[in-house]
Amino acid sequence: MDDLLDGLAAAVRLIVTADAELIAITLLSLRVTLTAVAIACLIGLPLGAWLAVRRFRWRRAVIATLNALIGLPPVVVGLVVYLMLSRSGPFGVLGLLFTPTAMIVAQVVIVTPLVASIAHQAMRELWAEYHDLLISLGATRRQRVLALILDGRRSLLTAALAGFGRAIGEVGAIMIVGGNIDGATRVLTTAIALETGRGDFALALGLGFVLIALALIVSGASHWAMRTERQSRW
Amino acid sequence: MVSLLPLELEGATLTRGGRRLVGPIDLRVEAGGITVVIGPNGSGKTSLLRMMHGLQPAKGTLRWNLPEAEARLRQSFVFQRPVVLRRSVAANLAYPLLLRGTPRAKARAMAEAQAARFDLTGQLDQPAPSLSGGEQQRLALARALITAPEMLFADEPCAALDGRATRAVESHLRYAGRRTTLVMSTHDMGQARRLASRVVFLLHGRVHESSPAAQFFARPETEAARAFLNGDIVE
Repeated sequence: MDDLLDGLAAAVRLIVTADAELIAITLLSLRVTLTAVAIACLIGLPLGAWLAVRRFRWRRAVIATLNALIGLPPVVVGLVVYLMLSRSGPFGVLGLLFTPTAMIVAQVVIVTPLVASIAHQAMRELWAEYHDLLISLGATRRQRVLALILDGRRSLLTAALAGFGRAIGEVGAIMIVGGNIDGATRVLTTAIALETGRGDFALALGLGFVLIALALIVSGASHWAMRTERQSRW
Repeated sequence: MVSLLPLELEGATLTRGGRRLVGPIDLRVEAGGITVVIGPNGSGKTSLLRMMHGLQPAKGTLRWNLPEAEARLRQSFVFQRPVVLRRSVAANLAYPLLLRGTPRAKARAMAEAQAARFDLTGQLDQPAPSLSGGEQQRLALARALITAPEMLFADEPCAALDGRATRAVESHLRYAGRRTTLVMSTHDMGQARRLASRVVFLLHGRVHESSPAAQFFARPETEAARAFLNGDIVE
């Protein structure tokens, strides 16, 4: 109990004094995760919508693979990305290992299947509802996808938020490919792991509270921006 | 302007997965009037309407008096279970116009005028899915008619509605029927008698009888139609 209170106190102290290191770590966390989620959404949302609307031969296999990929262990993703980016790996010349870019790459791999799968689920339900009407109204393929995205935007937001939630709290992969280098690739989760290992529970908890607050703020802000839950229905 | 109608079906058949849903159908729909499609459950009423509207590709011949692309733009469909977009009532009404390239301001004005006609003015800015079933079907009908189609298909438009909502939808259908050729299906014989100018009696996916309403209800030609009108179970 004392540890928790100390942690809360440490969090308050860090925030009130606008601790430079905390701010740098938090900003890097946000930068890596938001970039990764943005890229994952660019790939995953259209992919999900496309899988819902189009019928092709390997559709079921693609969807099953996608759902299986959600369960990818981040540590293994980290390992594979590490091997790809390491000096002897195929992308070694780029010199990306132990940079924020490498962390973004790993998170994109982890988050994209989740975003695509949730988007696909939502778009499939909406498409089933809209299909006959949009055909009847003579909507072109482009107009159909636009209608789905526009009217399904709340579900797509949910998909993006789920991706953000998974990425912001992820530690295994970014620890491996980022290296938790002070001032370069240290983010909230890797810092928490480090401080816990060192036995500085107060600081670790303080960082933990900041992390939770961050997740809540981002989720709240996007809900507010999309004006969900303002009406009693949907 | 060249008329969309008549619509001619020759041996038109709709199948799904090797199973015949309706057809082969030979039928001619002339301009004007309300054609009511009746028949027992599973006789293919819905499939016939969907086939005529082109929601599913049919085998055989289905010929409008216009090229298909243009014919599509001049007809609308109202579904048995109302389909509303997850948008405001106004946005639902404006949507078919926007798809056809009507400028936003004009579409909005037309949507407001249509809402007034269909007693939906108070709900214009309400999300359409929050409307009651009757209001949703009224909205679906208003949206289907906002493009001033020459031909309106309505598939059991009152099946899920209570008496009051049915009365409202019927009066709109009757009014629409003055300018628009209407083909609707129903399992409600009272409704068929109230609205029909022509009756198509379907049985086992085939047109069993097709005649003017007055004649059909007074002197049905076939045994099955007679039995159906008597309320017997027709197999």
